[in-house]
Amino acid sequence: MNKYSVYIQSLASIYPQDEAVEGRFSACEPDYKEWIKDAGLRRRMSRIVKMGVTAALQCLQNISEKPEAIITATGLGCLADSEKFLQSIGSHHEELLSPTPFIQSTFNTIGGQIALLLGNKAYNTTYVHRAFSFESALIDGLMQLQAGDAGSLLVGSVDELTPTAYHILARMGVWRKFPAGEGASFFLLGNQKMERTIARIVAVDMVSGDFSQDQLAEKRLNFLQKNNASDAAVVSDDMFKPICGEYQTASSFGLWYACTQLNGAGFVLIANSFLHNHTMVLIEKFKG
Amino acid sequence: MSVAVTGIGCVSGLGCGAEEHLQAFRAGRSGLGEVTLFQTTLQLPVAEVKRSNEQLKNHLGLDPDRLFSRTALLGMVASRQAFQDAGFPNEGLRIGLISSSSVGGMDLSEQFYAEYAVNQRKGRLRMVAHHDIGDHTERIADYLHLEGFRTSVSTACSSSANAIMLGARMIEQGLLDAVLAGGVDALCRFTLNGFNSLMILDSAPCRPFDESRAGLNLGEGAGYLVLQSEKSLTPESKVYCRLTGYANANDAYHQTASSPDGEGAFLAMRHALDKAGIDPSSVDYINLHGTGTHNNDLSESTAIKRLFGEQVPPLSSTKSFTGHTLGAAAGLEAVFSVLVLSEGVIFPTLNFKSPIKQTGLIAVTEMMEDQDITTVLSNSFGFGGNNAALIFQQ
Repeated sequence: MNKYSVYIQSLASIYPQDEAVEGRFSACEPDYKEWIKDAGLRRRMSRIVKMGVTAALQCLQNISEKPEAIITATGLGCLADSEKFLQSIGSHHEELLSPTPFIQSTFNTIGGQIALLLGNKAYNTTYVHRAFSFESALIDGLMQLQAGDAGSLLVGSVDELTPTAYHILARMGVWRKFPAGEGASFFLLGNQKMERTIARIVAVDMVSGDFSQDQLAEKRLNFLQKNNASDAAVVSDDMFKPICGEYQTASSFGLWYACTQLNGAGFVLIANSFLHNHTMVLIEKFKG
Repeated sequence: MSVAVTGIGCVSGLGCGAEEHLQAFRAGRSGLGEVTLFQTTLQLPVAEVKRSNEQLKNHLGLDPDRLFSRTALLGMVASRQAFQDAGFPNEGLRIGLISSSSVGGMDLSEQFYAEYAVNQRKGRLRMVAHHDIGDHTERIADYLHLEGFRTSVSTACSSSANAIMLGARMIEQGLLDAVLAGGVDALCRFTLNGFNSLMILDSAPCRPFDESRAGLNLGEGAGYLVLQSEKSLTPESKVYCRLTGYANANDAYHQTASSPDGEGAFLAMRHALDKAGIDPSSVDYINLHGTGTHNNDLSESTAIKRLFGEQVPPLSSTKSFTGHTLGAAAGLEAVFSVLVLSEGVIFPTLNFKSPIKQTGLIAVTEMMEDQDITTVLSNSFGFGGNNAALIFQQ
């Protein structure tokens, strides 16, 4: 089935670069003017859309090949727009509502906007399943590249932390382990190894349920053995969530972190847990 | 490697299960009525599933005191049917669940938010705990005791086509033996007001592909298929048909509107035919996206004319019966496409009188029985320029 291996050719992340303030990390956003030139378009885009689209554009900077698929992931989608529209229904008594927040509340807004900005008519989809969202997108991309149905494609994720989401999830106790976070990370994947290739994606795994630390450690061991990578360095979420904070698609930052912040070449396992979702992404790094 | 369809499940304003849907299509009876599920000042026809949440829980044998989003309940109803219809594929199979929705548990979240907006200490958390799209999928997995791979897709009105596509690919590439794939959406104030703000809702029953069309009607429901690898089939397996082609393409034209030349729709249909390895002339019936909006129907019919030329096969929009069920639409219409093949029928379009001037396509208006149909194309398009096409064959 797998005619080709899959490689990370380029990557970009917009992530928190300052300490958490009152239990909340905020992504360090670039000057969007440099990336989204059309002022009108930039004004209409909400923060999560700008963040996601810009991370995608940064990932594709100086890249000549055109992605043959755009696959995005988000845990909670465009929360600010959803809330804005909900609010307007109440305050305007269902009359003369602005459609903009409704339009942008759609989960595939970021994927659609990337396609629009790039004039890219290829396959375009969006996964929204808690802390499986990013890994689902990865699996979709891996399959297309492995089969040779695409030679190069874009996979990425974005989640935003709004005051309301922070507050409601705090009431639910979601931020007990790590401060709340947010961010956007995008990866250009391809099935040909090149000069600039950063790593090979070896395998992706997703498991649901309540497991003890021992059980999870055993699952990691089995996964590594199965992939002949028992000597892999492990990047657990204890390493990257103190930087990016907790959110549904934080593991995509974990992958970016493993590719860019870790010294040495060789196998690296990125292991993430969020509530009942446990994921493992195994890569082989080529550059130190 | 081909992908077999071995189970179907559906619930919509027309009823529950394939039989009730066939009856409604034969009787020419749409599911449209007034909004009863929530308070609204908007007077617009919608196609609600005619069962309360309590009735759905009872139907499913669930604890009446346990809280579920209506989305999860509708999803459980249709996915259980599909799963049972497939005869609970044998033990030892790697079974995946790939569901989809456009708003997930918004039906509960909007009730939570009404209280929360007034006082941030108010609002019961259990009402908002079902907000995310993944929640309904997890509820279905629990209910059917599916412990393996699960994920959710959300690409607006093409969501469930993309879920089915991922399922087919995972089977083809040997990652799963069987997949329960489809989608669900429950009507809520959020969506009704959203589409109303876009001014694309018709206050009369919608008229897909008609020159006088003036917008869509919203509906709710769920549609799921069980897909299986050839290898996983047993002599007892009932194979309805095969999913032989699928494709997704982006219109890259506008966030909500379709391009005038229907480029994304054209590419999705073209690539799906290529994947199936067939020519346009093999298609015996097209289940249209056909929402009844001015923009979609013109764009879709232009794309069809581009692809099929003068040899356009019979086509109809079942949304004139079910309303536009958004994230569920492609799942429901996949079930209808399977029924077209297994029953040898073509479903009519209600309220069609005169064709769109620019394209002149004539929709089927009467139920056609005893048809010899081997290939069906089903279109589903969504916001974000998201265009998907599925091909089912005998």
